[in-house]
Amino acid sequence: MERIPILRMGRLLLVTIQVDMHDKLAMTLQDDLTMRIVQDNAKGVLIDISALDIVDSFIGRMIGNTAAMARILDAQTVVVGMQPAVAITLVELGLRLDGVRTALNVERGMALFENVLLK
Amino acid sequence: MSGSDQSTLSQIINKFGPELLQEWLNSLLTYAMKREASAERELERQCEVFLRGLQAAAADGQSQDIESRQWEDVRQLLMEISQLRARHGFSPIDTANFVFSLKQPLFSKLRMHLADQPLVLAEETWTVSTLLDKLGLFTIECYQKSREQIILRQQQELLELSTPVVQLWKNVLALPLIGTLDSARTQVVMENLLQKIVETGASIAIIDITGVPTVDTLVAQHLLKTVAAARLMGADCIISGIRPQIAQTIVHLGVNLEDVVTKATLADAFVIALQRTGSTISYSTASH
Repeated sequence: MERIPILRMGRLLLVTIQVDMHDKLAMTLQDDLTMRIVQDNAKGVLIDISALDIVDSFIGRMIGNTAAMARILDAQTVVVGMQPAVAITLVELGLRLDGVRTALNVERGMALFENVLLK
Repeated sequence: MSGSDQSTLSQIINKFGPELLQEWLNSLLTYAMKREASAERELERQCEVFLRGLQAAAADGQSQDIESRQWEDVRQLLMEISQLRARHGFSPIDTANFVFSLKQPLFSKLRMHLADQPLVLAEETWTVSTLLDKLGLFTIECYQKSREQIILRQQQELLELSTPVVQLWKNVLALPLIGTLDSARTQVVMENLLQKIVETGASIAIIDITGVPTVDTLVAQHLLKTVAAARLMGADCIISGIRPQIAQTIVHLGVNLEDVVTKATLADAFVIALQRTGSTISYSTASH
């Protein structure tokens, strides 16, 4: 079965979504990610969605929920690399992802962790 | 084609052509306030061509339907004239009068021509009058269409002109908004801003609304959408240029701008942006 890889980088977990997200894949990702946060005692999660050019309300809510779950497990989430079209779609759908931190790309996301979140 | 086969209208134009043209021109020129010689010659040419076209189209007297093929040349000419007049800022009345002012000279010729046949005269007057009405209305329609095209083009130009995104500093963008924000413009503004954020890697965008005349709930909503979309791309927004009147309106309307940093002037916003990006500006002591 298709899975989205979760890579460990020190205290961070890196999730790069390279394929089209469908609903089942999203649910599997939530399962895997929460498990890995606990297993690896991760303090931060970077979700890179730069390859994602289509979102629907389900995926949008999934991202928000994943961030909320990670927060409960004491890990900060930063969503990075969102495409302009995706950002506009999410806003038009009324999903502002208020609880989620964002950064322009992975590099900026890492900097945000180093300088602000994990100090 | 022998004379008797032709319609009365055609015959009259044939017979009284130059005279008719002169009278028509005179009545047209009394409407116009002042006109240069070149414009007068142009008008004369237009009238002449129109009369010739009218005669050709009405020659067999069969068709009163100006949508038919026979009238295509006349329609084409009227369309050109109306477009020209719309572009040069003529009023609708001026434009319609081009056709309607032909009525009086034409009717007087009809009366002369058919003086001994009152019944035919009444019939012909009605026919010609209806025909000229149709042509006049067609002129107005063309005029209206060209005006609408002009308005549409200007709207598009405005849309493109008024949404620049400028880079103020490394990682700092400014978006000076001018004019009312409707949904279509917000979309363009948002797309431009997000695209520029990707290109420059900016982390702060200053939205300056000094040039926005009024802020109602809809405009505020559009602003907040733009801010939210930029935040999703990892860029913070500062809204600046809020005039006292607009600050009052926003509070009265109950719009919640608490999640957004707001500043009264672009300069204040720029200072905050510099602080956040870790830059400083210092005055050289020599200049004091």
